[in-house]
Amino acid sequence: MTENNELIRLSAAALADKLAAREVTSVEVTQAYLDRIAAVDGKVHAFLHVNTEEALAVAAEVDAIRAAGGAAAEELHALAGVPIAVKDLIVTIGQPTTAGSKILEGWYSPYDATVVERLRAAKMPILGKTNLDEFAMGSSTEHSAYGPTHNPWDLDRIPGGSGGGSAAAVAAFEAPLALGTDTGGSIRQPGAVTGTVGVKPTYGGVSRYGAIAMASSLDQIGPVSRTVLDSALLHQVIGGHDPRDSTSLPDPIEDLVAAARTGNVQGMKIGIIKELHGEGYQAGVENRFNESLELLRGAGAEIVEVSCPNFKYALGAYYLIMPSEASSNLAKFDGVRYGLRVLPEEGPLTIERVMGATRAAGFGDEVKRRIILGTYALSAGYYDAYYGSAQKVRTLIQRDFEAAFAKVDVLISPTAPTTAFKLGEKLNDPLAMYLNDVATIPANMAGVPGLSLPGGLADEDGLPVGIQLLAPARQDARLYRVGAVLESLLEAQWGGPLLDRAPSLTAPSPTDSAPAVAAGAPASHGGSH
Amino acid sequence: MTDATLSFEEAMEKYDPVLGFEVHVELNTKTKMFSSAPNVFGDEPNTNVNEVDLGMPGVLPVVNKTAIESSIKIGLALNCKIAETCRFARKNYFYPDTPKNFQTSQYDEPIAYDGYLDIELADGTVFRVEIERAHMEEDAGKLTHMGGATGRIQGADYSLVDYNRSGVPLVEIVTKPIEGAGSRAPELAKAYVAAVREIVKNLGVSDAKMERGNVRCDANVSLRPHGRERFGIRSETKNVNSLRAVEHAVRYEIQRHAAVLDSGEPVIQETRHWHEDTRTTTSGRAKSDADDYRYFPEPDLVPITASREWVEELRATLPEPPAARRKRLQADWGYSDLEFRDVVNAGVMDEIEETIAAGATPTVARKWWMGEIVGRAKNADVDPGQLGVNPATIVELNKMVEEGKINNKMASEVLDGVLAGEGTPAEIVEKRGLAVVSDDGPLLEAIDAALTAQPDVADKIRGGKVQAIGAIVGGVMKATRGQADAGRVRELILQRLGVEG
Repeated sequence: MTENNELIRLSAAALADKLAAREVTSVEVTQAYLDRIAAVDGKVHAFLHVNTEEALAVAAEVDAIRAAGGAAAEELHALAGVPIAVKDLIVTIGQPTTAGSKILEGWYSPYDATVVERLRAAKMPILGKTNLDEFAMGSSTEHSAYGPTHNPWDLDRIPGGSGGGSAAAVAAFEAPLALGTDTGGSIRQPGAVTGTVGVKPTYGGVSRYGAIAMASSLDQIGPVSRTVLDSALLHQVIGGHDPRDSTSLPDPIEDLVAAARTGNVQGMKIGIIKELHGEGYQAGVENRFNESLELLRGAGAEIVEVSCPNFKYALGAYYLIMPSEASSNLAKFDGVRYGLRVLPEEGPLTIERVMGATRAAGFGDEVKRRIILGTYALSAGYYDAYYGSAQKVRTLIQRDFEAAFAKVDVLISPTAPTTAFKLGEKLNDPLAMYLNDVATIPANMAGVPGLSLPGGLADEDGLPVGIQLLAPARQDARLYRVGAVLESLLEAQWGGPLLDRAPSLTAPSPTDSAPAVAAGAPASHGGSH
Repeated sequence: MTDATLSFEEAMEKYDPVLGFEVHVELNTKTKMFSSAPNVFGDEPNTNVNEVDLGMPGVLPVVNKTAIESSIKIGLALNCKIAETCRFARKNYFYPDTPKNFQTSQYDEPIAYDGYLDIELADGTVFRVEIERAHMEEDAGKLTHMGGATGRIQGADYSLVDYNRSGVPLVEIVTKPIEGAGSRAPELAKAYVAAVREIVKNLGVSDAKMERGNVRCDANVSLRPHGRERFGIRSETKNVNSLRAVEHAVRYEIQRHAAVLDSGEPVIQETRHWHEDTRTTTSGRAKSDADDYRYFPEPDLVPITASREWVEELRATLPEPPAARRKRLQADWGYSDLEFRDVVNAGVMDEIEETIAAGATPTVARKWWMGEIVGRAKNADVDPGQLGVNPATIVELNKMVEEGKINNKMASEVLDGVLAGEGTPAEIVEKRGLAVVSDDGPLLEAIDAALTAQPDVADKIRGGKVQAIGAIVGGVMKATRGQADAGRVRELILQRLGVEG
């Protein structure tokens, strides 16, 4: 077990090296993760489906190729044999895809998402499908129809959302890597509150084909990992043009891995967004944010403040555009062709009534709330005032970014205003829930890339804080270049990865049941390593 | 319940019709508008589909470039302006023929707009129909409602759906209101749809078969009292799927509207269903301008840009316009103005062209189509092209006549046999025992008998009055009950009498 425990704590990059050196087999690695899932997922509930057989078969195939040697072994992808978890919003042949909704319970996709095809081409064993807020609508994973995911740092707290399952799986060492989707922060905010890394690529940088759409103009698939380099490695696997997605960028993908390996901020201009810190942000979040700024300054970066005055309208505009698109995207779930079908209990059996009964029974409250909002916003007579105005705000946000990036190379902010809150705390207050995404939404509105990495633990609650980096569209490499530097500076301070301080989940002891003492400040954890 | 109608003449005395048409043209691209599934008509239901056509979770559309090209060509042929950039929108409505519960269609940004089409009427006058727009969209699946009396979804026991048609590329051509057609409105309606059909067929962008729904017409009709400017309330008769039906439907709706207006009631704005059997329409769905489809720009597609260079390249590939083509064909075929107009009005110009291409002379082609087929089509109440005569049959029949195997009268009988499905012309000649007597033996016997019976005529011919030969030929034909080849009979008589022909 000890050996396996060591295996599952390795980064994907380290695992890849060990696999290539044949120090370990993919079957061993995959089995170690499956064992870990069996051991802790009862508490975490990160997975909706575990794909044991197929994952081990792919692992065995990789091992056989490596054992045989020759050209086939040489041609194996760097991540071949490294397991991965997939957010259950992304369709997969051979495993159910639920989108966290009852309306798709038991549904199997007849096709693979493009990103899944790419995982298969790289021969990465897929461990299973991870939990999410229903149709990715939420910031806490509490809106999953299959029950919430628990934050591995404190099982009474939310893991963020919508991609709480992917983030928690990676944080709890149930997977080294995972795929997420980010419409308003669903990769980055869970990353922040679970002490993991998450990247929302430039819009169009990763194919959306096979990601069940919430808001088509905002959705992006991206990597979830424990290190910046691991995200770069995974980003490189899934990124690049896809002819099946018209919004996919034609550009060849940059060398993101090289950017992560050669991180450097010397002479770089990094902008603090005036509107995205201070009031409304938890003190412990602010403290960790300010420390990161100091570290970057110390590494040779110039920190300046920029103003993005229209960001204050971003949340409002987002909650018009997102539900508008979602109301149309979710219209296809009607019980006619696939998924749940519910017949009305009384009255005539007309097609409208069957559709109505199916949708009434199959969708949860948050989904219905957004469908109703969006339907209203698109209605004749309201379209210009709501959807139309929101699109104008979107243009203003894009201009704010353009102006800011004319002055600085990357922008920086806290990823989320607070650390993980308690399960149930904001469930009945949608507006409070929506505020979690205030710092992440602008990137989706403008299509620019964003990365969240762990910035330490908040003083007041000892829970992880996320630092967000934002770059101009198509400049994802900058995120990795800066992120890798900040990560190494912070880990040097902490004396190792932040996740080393997370509870083990398997050995219940008084010290494990509560999070570690506030970390991150150099004073409390001198970088003696 | 049948609606009251006025006679067409009375309706025309009292009211002035205003027309409008929405013609849907199915493009004949290899694949669908937004997916790589084949665009093929008539296959096993739900086989020409993939996850995109079925609206599976996670799918995305990709625009078919050939469909854009075809749409631009149609726009150019309709004298439209072509938008430099335009977008698709989503038209949201719940109905099981659209698997996504929205149709991807152009809304406020059509690819082609502001065009016109000059329509030549039977009397030779030219009527200009203004085109408001031609926009792209995807076709819906085909629903068949089983059980129930109306064949509609209401009251059906269950419905079958075929998504083969789902996602087939469509161009919808919308006219501006057409005023001033007066009593020629039904004729203009038919001529307009025929002209659109001819254009898309000529362009090669559609199979243009109305009976297959490749070209479908929704006809809007309203009436107003003579002299009033404001339009009356319109009805929209859906899916009128033959040229004759377009003419009949417009005529019927004019008569029905007139009766409603005469009774003092308002016309209801609604869709009407056309019934070919009774040649009437019945009330469909109430349609108000306030139907809310919650249109918004399709976020899964990027805008389409049509560079001016590309548009000009496409313009250069356009075939000659139908009016020019008609001029050329008339000259090539050597028809008089009247002959040619009759051919056009009978709707058999394409068929004659195909028949000539198959090897017939223009005279022969016209003789068959105008003399034999148009009349039969009228009796059968179908468009001539849909009667089931193919050019090869005509060429074969004509060859048999020219070779003397059958005569014209027999050929007409053989044609009946072909249409009755009795087989090829050769088989029918054989089966019906129609072969011209071409064995000289029995002919010579009959000739000798006729010469013996009319010795004075025989003498006249010997004396050089060859024109007298008709009496002998007539006798021979009578004796052979019309089965002899008159030409051959003539030759043999001259031979018998030793006279040069």
